[in-house]
Amino acid sequence: MSDASMTPPAAAKSGLLVADARTRKRNAAEKRFRAYGMIAIGIGLLFLLFLFASILRSGMPAFTQTVLDVEFTLTAEQFETAESKMLKTGEYQKIFVAALQGQLKDRGVAVDFDAMAIERLVGKPGGTIRGFFLENPDRVGTPVSFDLAASSRVDGYFNGRVTRDSIVDSRFLMTTDLDLADALEEAGIIRSAFNWNFITGTDSGVDNPGGAGLGASVIGSFFMMLVVLFLSLPIGVAASIYLEEFAPKNRWTDLIEVNISNLAAVPSIVFGILGLAVFIQFAGLPQSAPLVGGLVLTLMTLPTIIISTRASLAAVPPSIRDAALGVGASKMQSVFHHVLPLAMPGILTGTIIGLAQALGETAPLLLIGMVGFVAREYPEGFLAGFTEANSAMPAQIYTWASRADPGFYEKAWGGIIILLLFLITMNAIAVILRRRFERRW
Amino acid sequence: MPFSWLVLIVLAISAVGYVLGRRRALRSAGGDSRKLHSLPIYYGANVAMWAAVPAAAVLVVWLLAQPYVVNGRVLGMLPDSVVAEGSSLGLVMSDVRRVADGLDVAVSRGAMTGAQARSLDAANSSIRDILGEVGVALGSEVSADVLNAAQVYRGLNATGANIMGAVVLLMALGGAGWAISRSNATFRARNTVERGILALLIFAASVAVLTTIGIVFALLFNTIEFFKLYPATDFFFGTRWAPSFSGRGGASDLGVLPLLWGTFYISIIALLVAVPVGLFSAIYLSEYAGPKMRGLAKPLIEILAGIPTIVYGLFALLTVGPLLVSLFGKDTVGWMSGGTAVMTAGLVMGIMLIPFVSSLSDDIINAVPQAMRDGSYGLGATQSETIRQVILPAALPGIVGAILLAASRAIGETMIVVLGAGAAARLSMNPFEAMTTITAKIVSQLTGDADFASPEALVAFALGMTLFVLTLGLNVFALYIVRKYREQYD
Repeated sequence: MSDASMTPPAAAKSGLLVADARTRKRNAAEKRFRAYGMIAIGIGLLFLLFLFASILRSGMPAFTQTVLDVEFTLTAEQFETAESKMLKTGEYQKIFVAALQGQLKDRGVAVDFDAMAIERLVGKPGGTIRGFFLENPDRVGTPVSFDLAASSRVDGYFNGRVTRDSIVDSRFLMTTDLDLADALEEAGIIRSAFNWNFITGTDSGVDNPGGAGLGASVIGSFFMMLVVLFLSLPIGVAASIYLEEFAPKNRWTDLIEVNISNLAAVPSIVFGILGLAVFIQFAGLPQSAPLVGGLVLTLMTLPTIIISTRASLAAVPPSIRDAALGVGASKMQSVFHHVLPLAMPGILTGTIIGLAQALGETAPLLLIGMVGFVAREYPEGFLAGFTEANSAMPAQIYTWASRADPGFYEKAWGGIIILLLFLITMNAIAVILRRRFERRW
Repeated sequence: MPFSWLVLIVLAISAVGYVLGRRRALRSAGGDSRKLHSLPIYYGANVAMWAAVPAAAVLVVWLLAQPYVVNGRVLGMLPDSVVAEGSSLGLVMSDVRRVADGLDVAVSRGAMTGAQARSLDAANSSIRDILGEVGVALGSEVSADVLNAAQVYRGLNATGANIMGAVVLLMALGGAGWAISRSNATFRARNTVERGILALLIFAASVAVLTTIGIVFALLFNTIEFFKLYPATDFFFGTRWAPSFSGRGGASDLGVLPLLWGTFYISIIALLVAVPVGLFSAIYLSEYAGPKMRGLAKPLIEILAGIPTIVYGLFALLTVGPLLVSLFGKDTVGWMSGGTAVMTAGLVMGIMLIPFVSSLSDDIINAVPQAMRDGSYGLGATQSETIRQVILPAALPGIVGAILLAASRAIGETMIVVLGAGAAARLSMNPFEAMTTITAKIVSQLTGDADFASPEALVAFALGMTLFVLTLGLNVFALYIVRKYREQYD
């Protein structure tokens, strides 16, 4: 405080108990500075809270679905006549509408509607009903209860996405349909059910957000992670062992070290370009295949795994190596029999964290063709899972986010919840591994 | 599937070799393992290694080389007349490949026998219909030349696969046999195996270098291709970005300046958010917070770093964008017309970078020696004066390095700008307008259905090269600063 020594001592008013103006100013500055720090942390935590709140608020509706629960008896006579008609599903639809009207009357709800309104509410139920009775002819004549998925707009009405003020009468939904929907809800016919299809189903076309599911892309991600795990763990560990235990100090080793630290900072999109140019164009591997995605993500994950593996190898004290060498083990034996097992928990932790990063990575997947592709089918077998075109979780979320129908946004948020659940689980496993097996020497 | 069978057979040979090598070595020592030079497992491992590694190396090289040889042969026999107006040899070749693959599919599904497939005649049967039945769609009817080439292609590939199988199996058997013949008590098996393992370790360590070489070559070759079609000066100094869409013809304007501007503008806004928040959090956490507060707040803030960028992208598109429009949109001040804007992407990217800046700065501040703090307190400085006048100046080079690293992250970030920044390339100062970045354009140029040989697709590689050089330069510079700083206090 050079300027403090220059000014003469303040006038008589100050003392041990009374702070002078300058001290007060300095103390105030101290308090302000502290407050800035608190505010900065507050802002960071607020962003985190805001992010998670908006994910949960927007994503939860993807897990529920509005269904029309209609109990319905088809007599054998009706079955015969419907099957003999030209427009078979239309006939079933008429029977269905009649049944629905009957049920509403029974419950004392009076509302007028026609077959078109039903079509706007649940699509064309005739096909579903006919399909059921053709498969189960013995159920003809007994009461059957159908859970029919409501259209995405009706779904949106019950989720609050579509309101009475916001809708415009169209062939998709009319204001009068909402009256019907309200009446059906009052009668307990419309209810909301857990949307299993979202978790187990596959992607739907661009015009059917209600039927979209994440299942196939979870499988795609799974196969990609298998490739990443089985390539990046052995290669990463081998590279770290060489660099940490064997590498002489020379140009080549230096080059490798510099390369690894630079690769860790190369933008992920550049890895996507590498995948496109080398794996797809040069080596001729199939586009959109989890195998190619896995290879690209392996190259991206390697630096992470190498850095954490080297840290855990370096943490094993030299006395362990010396002891092994002292009883006659070779250098290689001392590393593989003693150092590596002791470093394993740290290596596994680093690998899981690297996998979690790879699981959420999107940009390279865009370039190797995992978007603009509708993953409608599960792969046919284990080997086909690697080479057949498929989507992956983050790519699927991106596909949904870039579709025009806002019904898909809800699905994208829902997909994010599932993706984050996977990431949280993986990170929790890593933390538990570290807590349980970490040794301090 | 013959390929997986081949791999399994090679593995089986090396497993059998392991047992035989071990047994032979033990027998040569009269069953007494103490008389062996190495432990018995090393003799087995030696045989297994000689069986599997050379065979695998041949397999990989063959698989990489065969498409080239076959392509070259088939290209050589295609007459010039097959290349129609507006087409290219590459397109004809991909037709040939598709027909050949289609015939393979047809045979494997049982739609025709192998002999039928070989004797097909373009003149009296419609290949397109036959392949359409098994689910292989062809753009146009197959000409006799293309069919002929496809048959040669299939033939060469089949012969190649057979020869490869034979060579690989011979390598495996020969390697195993040779190694078994050397397995006796005096053979230094452990040394051989350990040398082999060391070679594998070195190879694994070199993958990082190979990756870099791969990146540089992939970018460089295609960039040169691009500059052959489009002048480099127009690319680097052009102020208009307006690619024409494929098929419609017309010249494209592919100037990189609007994209560079968008990239930097968004990065600057991101840093304006991330640096103050991140730096002050780091200062508070390392200098003021007690262990409890630190143990709670630090991991919470670092959660932000573990969230995938697609989540931030969606957050920008669907939450922050509409929020900003409601604050600055038509209803209030009218600055913003759409949710996707520089501000949206910059803000969200800033949130993403907070933990990056804060944890790097935290490390650097903690590395400032305690003696410097003590000296400052001893002179009567308050904590904030110590931080501002002693710790921050001492940590400054490191903090600058951290900010540069964050900037390189911001420049290379893709998902947030693809979803949040818009698609229009412009040179404008208004942060509430939509702009686009290098990364976003790489995605849009390569995910469309543009022909890979057109300048509209190749420009993505030149953009990638620009991005790679930019981020690499920033990183090298940042690491240099950080390293130089570290030497001062070690």
